[in-house]
Amino acid sequence: MRAKNKNIVKTLLIVISILFIGFMLLLPLAVVLVTAFKSGITAYLKAVSDHYTLKALLLTVEATIFAVVLNTVFGLFAAWMVTKFQFRGKRILTTLIDIPVTISPIIAGLIFVLTFGRQSVLYPYLKDLNIEVVFAIPGIILATVFVTFPFVSREIIPVLEQQGTDEEEAAALMGARGFTIFRSITLPHIKWALIYGVVLCAARAMGEFGAVSVLSGHLRGKTNTLPLHIEILFNEFQYVPAFAVSSILVLLAVVLLIIRSIVEYKGKGGV
Amino acid sequence: MERKKTRRKTRVIPGFGLSAGVTLTMLSLIVIIPLASLVVYTAQMDFPEFIRTITRARVLASFKVSFLTALTASAVNAVMGMILAWVLVRYQFPGKRLLDGMIELPFALPTAVAGIALASLTTDQGWIGSIFAGWGIKIAYTRIGITIALIFIGIPFVVRSVQPVLEKMDSSYEEAAGVLGAGRARIFWKVIFPEVKPALFTGFGLAFARCLGEYGSVVFIAGNKPYYTEITPLIIMSELQEYDYASATAIALVMLAAAFLILLAMSLIQSGNRRILKGGR
Repeated sequence: MRAKNKNIVKTLLIVISILFIGFMLLLPLAVVLVTAFKSGITAYLKAVSDHYTLKALLLTVEATIFAVVLNTVFGLFAAWMVTKFQFRGKRILTTLIDIPVTISPIIAGLIFVLTFGRQSVLYPYLKDLNIEVVFAIPGIILATVFVTFPFVSREIIPVLEQQGTDEEEAAALMGARGFTIFRSITLPHIKWALIYGVVLCAARAMGEFGAVSVLSGHLRGKTNTLPLHIEILFNEFQYVPAFAVSSILVLLAVVLLIIRSIVEYKGKGGV
Repeated sequence: MERKKTRRKTRVIPGFGLSAGVTLTMLSLIVIIPLASLVVYTAQMDFPEFIRTITRARVLASFKVSFLTALTASAVNAVMGMILAWVLVRYQFPGKRLLDGMIELPFALPTAVAGIALASLTTDQGWIGSIFAGWGIKIAYTRIGITIALIFIGIPFVVRSVQPVLEKMDSSYEEAAGVLGAGRARIFWKVIFPEVKPALFTGFGLAFARCLGEYGSVVFIAGNKPYYTEITPLIIMSELQEYDYASATAIALVMLAAAFLILLAMSLIQSGNRRILKGGR
């Protein structure tokens, strides 16, 4: 009797879970793909290779490269600093690093408008130098770097914390130089976490909407990223192109999830 | 032994100066200076003006919409997240790894894509919206729609908070309770729930904080009718578009304060949670 009851509960909970995930997560993915190909493959290709789409893609790729390169450099140095050394103020440092993901993307955009916008003390100097930040490409890049700032460091730090410092200390005592220690001891440990962090950073950089939306002037072909382009298309009721462009980002999200499960698998199986 | 080593002044591993230099420089340029400009701008604000701005009827209505929808969505996610984490940790079934991988989708999918997908699913002509429209329920362009978008955004937070605690939990207590004659419901509430409670609250709080600030996935499904489906981030956005930086900043400060309070409460609860994860009490 009891065992039977247990099985009913088990089946019920599994069914609830699958239905929930199916409706909340799979159906949105399906609707993107179905709508994207609704008018046939030619319409899809036309939408994806549209002039403004390509321009938006180019800007998105540019911002993503900046975000990935800067945040990977930052992530590696920050993780090295936080996990290999003891110093005062570590808690404050890690809290500050995490701030960009805890605040609303709209507020992230707002702080850059306040820093570089017309009312800022910096504005006259920037104007003399002929640098435009707000409603221009530098603003979009800055916002993208900001919202993805901790993504690489966050993935590496827990791995390095678990690994401890013994191996590096031994290598240092035997006379290895900093870079040699990093390359031959630390890097193999963090390889998968680093790859996941980079991919996550890239995906979020490509998909960032709120912060970029604040800083972009929404100028077509100039300061439009892919998500902003999708917004414009959708609001103009051009559903097929909007979802066709979205499907690029969906593909990226799926690739990210696959890499994540590989990373998790490698992590659990012991490197 | 461990402590002694960390207290020693000389550092064996090289690279502290360089990594500290790079870390602090980048942190200052990208995070601290922009945040400081928010502080500077706030300091110049007029206090009565600040109060007037944040108590405008439309702004207050947006606080209510944002707060209620985020709270409802996070409550749903707390329940569903608990069930999902339980199913993923305790049961074996085909497709489990796929389900586990899917949980992370809201992190990976751009919010704008999620937004337009959910919106077109739930309009009167959409796959789901048309079914509910038959019963006279509208989802898109109502608060229900906003809540749905926020549920989507919040799913991974609760699952990923509760999962590690359930994995670490020793099932011998449950068995003992079962042997002593406790029913399934009683075992859950008296044995399992107290253990996962801190993690559940942490996940709930993280989801709640994230939902309060969410913009991309909500704007498409909300319809953005003032007083009814206008969320606070959208008000900030429209103030910015009208170049009213003072109002935008004032409202943003209220949101930051709310998010900060939630995260503070979570970190207090989490210190209890960490003790359980480490095994000690």
